[in-house]
Amino acid sequence: MSDLSVSIGKLMLKNPIMPASGTFGAELTPLLDINRLGALVPKSVTVSARDGNPSPRVCETSASMINSIGIQSKGIDDYVTRLLPEYRKFSPPLIASISGETIQEYETLAARLDAQPDVAALELNISCPNLRTNGQAFGMSAEATAQLVRTVRAVTDKTVIVKLTPNVTRIQDIAQAAEHAGADALTVANTFLAMAIDSETRKPRIGNLMGGLSGAAVKPLVVRLIYQVHQATRLPIIGSGGVMNGQDAIEMILAGASAVQVGTATFLQPNAMTTIIDDIDDYLNRHQIEHLTDLIGQVDLS
Amino acid sequence: MKLFNAKIIANHPINARYWHMILDASMLDEHVAPGQFFHLQCGDAQQNPLRRPLSVFHYHQASATLEFLYLVKGIGTQQMTQRRPGDYMNLIGPLGRGFTLPEQGALLLIARGVGVATLHALAREARAQNKTVYVLLSARTANDLLTAGALEEIGAVVHTVTDQEGTSDLEQVRPLLEQLIHAEKIGALYSCGSRRLSKLAQDLAEKYHLKGELAIEAHMACGIGDCYACACTIRSQGQLKTARVCSDGPVFPIEQVVIQ
Repeated sequence: MSDLSVSIGKLMLKNPIMPASGTFGAELTPLLDINRLGALVPKSVTVSARDGNPSPRVCETSASMINSIGIQSKGIDDYVTRLLPEYRKFSPPLIASISGETIQEYETLAARLDAQPDVAALELNISCPNLRTNGQAFGMSAEATAQLVRTVRAVTDKTVIVKLTPNVTRIQDIAQAAEHAGADALTVANTFLAMAIDSETRKPRIGNLMGGLSGAAVKPLVVRLIYQVHQATRLPIIGSGGVMNGQDAIEMILAGASAVQVGTATFLQPNAMTTIIDDIDDYLNRHQIEHLTDLIGQVDLS
Repeated sequence: MKLFNAKIIANHPINARYWHMILDASMLDEHVAPGQFFHLQCGDAQQNPLRRPLSVFHYHQASATLEFLYLVKGIGTQQMTQRRPGDYMNLIGPLGRGFTLPEQGALLLIARGVGVATLHALAREARAQNKTVYVLLSARTANDLLTAGALEEIGAVVHTVTDQEGTSDLEQVRPLLEQLIHAEKIGALYSCGSRRLSKLAQDLAEKYHLKGELAIEAHMACGIGDCYACACTIRSQGQLKTARVCSDGPVFPIEQVVIQ
């Protein structure tokens, strides 16, 4: 047995595998040994209840899928009074993903969740492509990112993870803005703004026209983003996008990720995350590596 | 609900558009209610990551067989037709809420297209409990009138209408259904597969104060209630609410469904 533990800010995870927000819930209990995961990330929560976007909300594309759920949320009251107690039965630390329409909403959510001992860390979803026209998000501006992270930083001592959008010209600029504003870690990255049209009906295949692309097809793009962010900041990185197996996870770790989120793969196989943990363990044994952390950023450029 | 592999016993075309698959479901250790569905991996999961939700056509507990009647519509169902007996299908299920039978009276099933697959399972369950079952089967052509024979064999009374014969429009279907409601002590209405017919079933259920249920379809990702990809709007206690087709449905009380 190798040591798979990694640290993300103040969090110590027993292994680097966690779900990507929006793809996970307690409903997986009969199909997945949830307590084996490194951390748990329930779906993003907003201040008030939200209904989400028109259907169809998902479509399949080559080795990928597009989703435009639009953050269906029951609001923060439900999250605190119902969801957090429900998650007490699970042992991994809970990372609360939060989303808002204004910086003040992020502040409200962060302050509220800071008081919750069940929340181990916050992931600021400043990058959902499905909330505004043309996928506009706070994470597209270094200035807005900095202001938002500073505001949240001022109201919580918990680990703050900023989930970046890949839909930018230079992700390094946004990563550095988040780092200077006090972020503890970065998730790289949210989904890629995408669109698909049914050639028979000429209709968009997503009710909201555009959505976020995820799945195996985006992995090389995300590996590149992780590498670029790792070169530009000192913050621990949680890689996210297209990981289907242990080899994919190791690839992200070699590019600079400390931990890895799994989303679309769970739709293929509900127990994908535990299979990936086993794959990583096998890899470390096979390469006689004692600590997973020895691999972070160790792509061989010689 | 469980994740399992099931061996294909048979997989063959019924007509130009529909196929029938029979699986060995001896792995399954729980009851499968009519209206419930399974989430199937259809082929190359790397290339086509989303499973396809298929409602149960027939689950035969004694022989441990699970049958699906599927419309070959897109890449997923096309890949299903390539699977051969002896191959394995990967499934999650049974999923969702199924139909409930009326305490009294006969069942009136109103089906079109592949909706008949879902209602066929209900007809079998009702006949097994000795309830009287009437079926209105609507299709484009006589060739698309699936399972009319099988339904008659189990003792359902089947009325067929088709676009081809010009008998399937609402002006003709409505009086036919109203006549059945008047004459046959109908206790509940069920519909699946057509927005038009579902709306009609909803009107009739309201007008005649009948229990009713609709099974609805949606594009899904997780299939178990986590991702909200399949959300639909329902009317509950005078308010519009969002529900998940996969876990709150796919069968809903008829008065709750908001038909777009």
